[in-house]
Amino acid sequence: MPHIVVEDLRKTFWVAEHAPGLWGAVRGLVRRNTRAVEALKGVSFSLERGELVGYIGPNGAGKSTTIKILSGILVPSSGRCRIDGRTPWHDRISHVARIGVVFGQRTQLWWDLPVIESFALLRDIYRVPPAVYRQTCSELIELLELEPLLVTPVRQLSLGQRMRCDFAAALLHRPDILFLDEPTIGLDAVSKLAVRKFIKALNQTQQVTTILTTHDMDDIEALCDRVIIIGGGEILCDGSLAQLRSQVSSRRHLRIDLQPGQLGGQLLRFPVAGVNLLNQVGDSVTLAFDPRQISAAALIHRITEHYDVADLFVENPPIEEIVAELYANERDPQRETTGGENGGV
Amino acid sequence: MEESKQLACNLSAYRSLFVARFVLLLQYRTAALAGIATQLFWGLIKVMVLAAFFSSSAEAQPMTLSQAVSYVWLGQALLVAVVPWSGDREIQAMIRSGAVGYDLLRPTDLYSFWLTRALAMRTAPVVLRALPLLTISLLLFPTLELNEWALAVPDSAAALIAFLLALIGAIVLSAALTMLLTVSMLWTISGEGINHLFPTLIIVFSGMIIPLPLFPDWMQPLLAVLPFSGLLDQPFCLFVGSLPPSALGQVLTHQAIWISIIILFGRWLVKRGVQRLVIQGG
Repeated sequence: MPHIVVEDLRKTFWVAEHAPGLWGAVRGLVRRNTRAVEALKGVSFSLERGELVGYIGPNGAGKSTTIKILSGILVPSSGRCRIDGRTPWHDRISHVARIGVVFGQRTQLWWDLPVIESFALLRDIYRVPPAVYRQTCSELIELLELEPLLVTPVRQLSLGQRMRCDFAAALLHRPDILFLDEPTIGLDAVSKLAVRKFIKALNQTQQVTTILTTHDMDDIEALCDRVIIIGGGEILCDGSLAQLRSQVSSRRHLRIDLQPGQLGGQLLRFPVAGVNLLNQVGDSVTLAFDPRQISAAALIHRITEHYDVADLFVENPPIEEIVAELYANERDPQRETTGGENGGV
Repeated sequence: MEESKQLACNLSAYRSLFVARFVLLLQYRTAALAGIATQLFWGLIKVMVLAAFFSSSAEAQPMTLSQAVSYVWLGQALLVAVVPWSGDREIQAMIRSGAVGYDLLRPTDLYSFWLTRALAMRTAPVVLRALPLLTISLLLFPTLELNEWALAVPDSAAALIAFLLALIGAIVLSAALTMLLTVSMLWTISGEGINHLFPTLIIVFSGMIIPLPLFPDWMQPLLAVLPFSGLLDQPFCLFVGSLPPSALGQVLTHQAIWISIIILFGRWLVKRGVQRLVIQGG
């Protein structure tokens, strides 16, 4: 049985609005217009125990709303959700005792307390038995390298340090489900890598079911085998990264470094169907091509016939581009999804 | 059902939260120093006004000048504990920004979680202020030959014990009222109105400005029924002897009834507010 089941989750917010300006404010006193905003329009998915899923979408797509509902702090307008046999918003207290939540945008630690005292407080709040706490705490301190931070008040930590402490705080009670809401936001490269490594290790060694929301596609590529993409309150795509790529666009990129001096400052001219020039910087050229029209081998052959090539490699378009295209298609369903002559960028 | 079960077996969480908050609030030493100076100054003014009043009035008063002066000094020393001046600013800021929803991520009963903070908020600052002020008014003034202005010790050990027990009730009552001020933010956009109006009523009707026994006779029944006399007046009357120690049972009952009513009302407000929050979003 899946660990998390979400069925046809809907959430409508009522937003009060009044016309701008003084007259609008006066009218608003008498008659208030409320407008329904559908944050979720029937979201369904299920997660097996130990799965690590990337949950991505543009701002306002409904990511946070979903996470809040799954955490039991927001009640949906309709729909069902079973997590380990619990309905989050009905069994809030017993539910939150079994999950861990990390928000990149805010801390769950006590601002003025030294880190270790925040941990002790969480131990009492979650009623972690002393022996379990000692073991979990020392494990986390070692894994996340928290030893030098423990006596520092949270407000004096850097963002990267605070994030590591927040991870530890979310895991002290050994939850079997983890919701990570933009955990790498604002982090420097080193901290990002450390956080990713930790998430990966946690998922692999402890089988913690994890939902990760992020805008950082490197997070997704490094961590998630499966991605769910949400836009406008609906799921646009649910599957592996490879499936996502093929659903949106089969186009690949070919990067070529030419031996210098062949182009003489001109743009590379290469009139072959299904191939277009993406960009050209000096002697380095990137082409986009559709493997259904011309295979990579054939394309490379054609190029080496005409030019002296120093180096070349074939790559998938960055996941950002795929996602951007998916969002764009969502806004404009008429657009060609396979990417025409101008597509792919 | 679930919530109350959780509440019963999770007392250690509230205890730890209280201790953490308490220790944290003890760090505000400069504020305490400023508070001591202010309260000493206002105490002296009130004492002088009372002395002038007593010397100019020929009628017999319901309490002696010495009793009234002691009443004033107790009020100055315990002000922060027994007068709910304001709600919990941090929680109010969280309510305003919508971040309060995140407090629901902890497996605790929200009202109890916040009441614990209110208790720490009412007790920690007073530890820093009460001792110096009591020392000055009890020991320093007599050595300066200002016996009229000094705090007099209770007549009996029984009176002192009765006072201390009633003081505990007063602090709990004060914390419960603090919670009402705090959660009023769930209902009004700024909460400033209630947060200004309510404390003004409290300082008048608790006896902070003028000891309640000196109020006109026709107001006495009303003052006795209102919850605010349990904050300050009744414990202090037990101390100075205007109420005999045997009245303790009555005082505690009055406090207990109001504490129950205010906590139930506060819980209901929080429950309704949270319901709205989880349905409408932060």
